[in-house]
Amino acid sequence: MGMHGGHGHGAEEGRHGSLKEYATGFALSIVLTIIPLLAVLNRWMTGMGALLVILVAAVLQFAVQLLFFMHLREEKGPRYNLMALILGIVVVVTVIAGSIWIMANNKMY
Amino acid sequence: MAHSADHTHHIVHEDGHHDLEELRKFGFWLFLITDCILFSVLFATFAVLKNSTAGGPGPKDIIEMPGVIAETFILLTSSFTSGLAVLAMNNGSRKGLIGWLAVTILLGACFIGLEASEFLKLVSEGHTIRTSAFLSGFFTLVGTHGLHVSVGFFWILALILQLSRHGITPVTVRKVQITSLYWHFLDAVWIFVFSIVYLMGVI
Repeated sequence: MGMHGGHGHGAEEGRHGSLKEYATGFALSIVLTIIPLLAVLNRWMTGMGALLVILVAAVLQFAVQLLFFMHLREEKGPRYNLMALILGIVVVVTVIAGSIWIMANNKMY
Repeated sequence: MAHSADHTHHIVHEDGHHDLEELRKFGFWLFLITDCILFSVLFATFAVLKNSTAGGPGPKDIIEMPGVIAETFILLTSSFTSGLAVLAMNNGSRKGLIGWLAVTILLGACFIGLEASEFLKLVSEGHTIRTSAFLSGFFTLVGTHGLHVSVGFFWILALILQLSRHGITPVTVRKVQITSLYWHFLDAVWIFVFSIVYLMGVI
């Protein structure tokens, strides 16, 4: 029993999420996958409209994964995880948007 | 008195261990951030080279949505089941934990199988990584993600063996939490592969 209690304590410290939280995240992810899928396959939208729907749904679903599955909200104390993530997003957006922007204006290419 | 002293010692030990495990989890989080940067470079390359088909097939010619849709829902479900594994662990159920981890990697194996058959079909039709800049970008981006899933498969398999031998200990708890983060991360990256490579490819 003593050993079991010790384990329970360890698990409780790192305890993350509940079934409800995971199920909500899963349901939201499915909805956010189906919306752009139907929009593209049924040609509800084309061109910029479709691009926008796809991107917004993807970013929202990324947020769902972070909040409901990766428990970003439950971090205590200095939020180093969040700060590292923000730095990562800044680098990612700079690399992708910068590459597209530069190559779109590159006449040699 | 003796009991009290013992108890205090127990807590100090647990906390010291706990901090170390937390630090290891943060270290893994930093790895995930750098992995994001790796993928961002592959996404940028793909986006820039998307229209450079060199007379070969374009996205619309090679993408077959049914397989991709199956892959997407399989990986999404496996992200959920890896969460259920963590929940089972928090409830102290080793059986539930191992069971859900097994379901998770079985779904991962289905995902890899579908992706491998997609790649093999393309190659058998003569559309290889050498055909065009577009296909180079495509195979590198999608393949790197698939490689990550494959690594995750063997990693979690090894973890299942560890859990069946040592049970739920502070160390295996941390390992389960880290692999679960890794698996959710792979699903998050796949969302963007699915959106940018496949959905935008067939618009």
